[in-house]
Amino acid sequence: MHIVVCVKQVPNTTQVRINPETNTLVRDGVESILNPFDENALEMALQLKEKHPGTKVTVLTMGPPQAAEVLKEAVGRGADAVVLLCDRAFAGSDTWATSYALSTAIRKMEPADLVLFGKQAIDGDTAQVGPGVADWLGIPCVAYARKIEVADGKAVVERNFEDGYEKLDVALPCALTVLKEANVPRMASLRGKMAAKKLVIAPMTAEAVGADPAKLGLNASPTRVVKIFSPPPKTGGVKWQGEEPAVLAQRLADLLRERKLI
Amino acid sequence: MSELNYGLSELALEIRAMVREFAESRVKPVRAELDETGHFPTEILRELGKMDLMGLYIPAEYGGTFEGDSMPNLIAVEELSRICIGVSVSFAANGLGADPILIGASDEQKKKFLPPLASGEKWAAYALTEPNAGSDAGSIRTTAVKKGDKYVLNGTKQWITNGGEADIYTVFAVTDKNRGARGVSCFIVEKGTPGFKFGKKENKLGIRASATRELIFEDCEVPAANLIGREGTGFIWAMKTFDVSRPGIAAQAVGLAQGALDEAVLYAKVREQFGKPIIANQGLSWMLADMATKVETARALTYATVQSIDRGAKDYSKFSAMCKVYASDVAMQVTTDAVQVFGGYGYMKEYPVEKMMRDAKILQIYEGTNQIQRDIIGLALNKEYGAVAKK
Repeated sequence: MHIVVCVKQVPNTTQVRINPETNTLVRDGVESILNPFDENALEMALQLKEKHPGTKVTVLTMGPPQAAEVLKEAVGRGADAVVLLCDRAFAGSDTWATSYALSTAIRKMEPADLVLFGKQAIDGDTAQVGPGVADWLGIPCVAYARKIEVADGKAVVERNFEDGYEKLDVALPCALTVLKEANVPRMASLRGKMAAKKLVIAPMTAEAVGADPAKLGLNASPTRVVKIFSPPPKTGGVKWQGEEPAVLAQRLADLLRERKLI
Repeated sequence: MSELNYGLSELALEIRAMVREFAESRVKPVRAELDETGHFPTEILRELGKMDLMGLYIPAEYGGTFEGDSMPNLIAVEELSRICIGVSVSFAANGLGADPILIGASDEQKKKFLPPLASGEKWAAYALTEPNAGSDAGSIRTTAVKKGDKYVLNGTKQWITNGGEADIYTVFAVTDKNRGARGVSCFIVEKGTPGFKFGKKENKLGIRASATRELIFEDCEVPAANLIGREGTGFIWAMKTFDVSRPGIAAQAVGLAQGALDEAVLYAKVREQFGKPIIANQGLSWMLADMATKVETARALTYATVQSIDRGAKDYSKFSAMCKVYASDVAMQVTTDAVQVFGGYGYMKEYPVEKMMRDAKILQIYEGTNQIQRDIIGLALNKEYGAVAKK
């Protein structure tokens, strides 16, 4: 089995602020990390590899030269091969153009049985690239997957909802976007880290993957960002404190009754 | 945080970063629960094995990553200990169990038993102590009688760390009762050998995540090929093991004391009384200063001892004893003071320092009580100065 995991290098958003004047992310001095949801996708691939000997895990990313760091992290954890799509032609790509670019790189590889993504990236938060790549590749996609079992040329996938889950039979090849609940990502091993340190990652250009220049970069991206803003913090409802528990309980019961919740 | 430059190798620094992150993310969230329930940290050890961290002290030819630098393993123990020594002793006891093999076993025995320990697939334990043979380890009564190509073991071992959890045991038994300590031999005994059973798991004051059990041998037949070295050499392997393993106990003590110091300083900065953080009181900040100074002194002595052994020191029992006794006394003092800094909160299980204080006590007892360590240092002084006096 060949599993391709698409990952993204993202700023650690717990440290990111938004410049109120330009409405852009202030990335200066912020460390870059492997997108946390992509860690779950990679872990799913590595667990499948442990269960199905002979499985090859290829990790793919598109980004600037320093995005090689997240590929090294993946090698440290046990990825077999990595591909860095890196070319000025990709600069400014939105989710549509990014999906196209990634799909061209996947088509260049040995046929993939599974293409895994994190549920979404923590910087853009669109959750569009996974399904987008599946569409370009013409394969089915299950978004928000929390569990997978592969047997007899098909996958049985559990897809999570807020109020339950679906169990789906999916033909291979297919794409999945993976939830945090799927697993606990492993940490890199010592030998993996040593191998990653020695690794030289040659970037793949748009030409090398045979991508159509008309579908790449800012000009080919239909998305226009109108405004970026920090969502207003949730108001958190009503809070009572400082009185006798019996009084508070009575008030809570009255409110619930008034709103016909009990 | 500022730190002394101990000239650590790139590998040692890498291991420090890896284990620190591991301990913070994997051990810290469960340490209170492990302490409360006494559950063995099976998952944690399995994961350390997958990360290639169980073979840091085993040479590459036997599946590990050791290349003459003992600091990576020592620092792995220290960093785990910073968060939980119940976990770190379960990790380090593998090395203790494997040491007699590393020191005294044949190449064939090493090739058979070390690779699964290096990969973390199997775990080891060291079995010397008996109900009536603690500090007086030469008086063990477990016997091994040769019968054809086998030895038949009978007796009971007590308080064996990783007992019941480990797969490979280095067991000390008497092959010639007329020769005292020189009649002791060391055997590799595998779990599952008929006649080899485990007693109850002990309920302890501290290091409660670790497994401490009796080993019971009833006509247990061990292949003669599992004898380490020759008959009668066991006590030598036992003592040589302690010379290299005692700095590991010191590393546990340094890590534990550092963890308690970290907690105490952070708390003293946020806890306010009389309108100011308590660290602003000179009485308290001097207490923290003494704690920090003791921790660093203990670390310096421990690192210097191990680095000296790595550089080929011949005679280092005295220094191994010194770092064990000093660092463990420091750990007891610093954890006790950390509870004091926390005041009433420190006495409560909601905060980690009471566990650290309970855990610290074992460091002054196991792997040779601190009184035995002082005996070793005193004997060495007597011998060394005796040689000078003769001149």
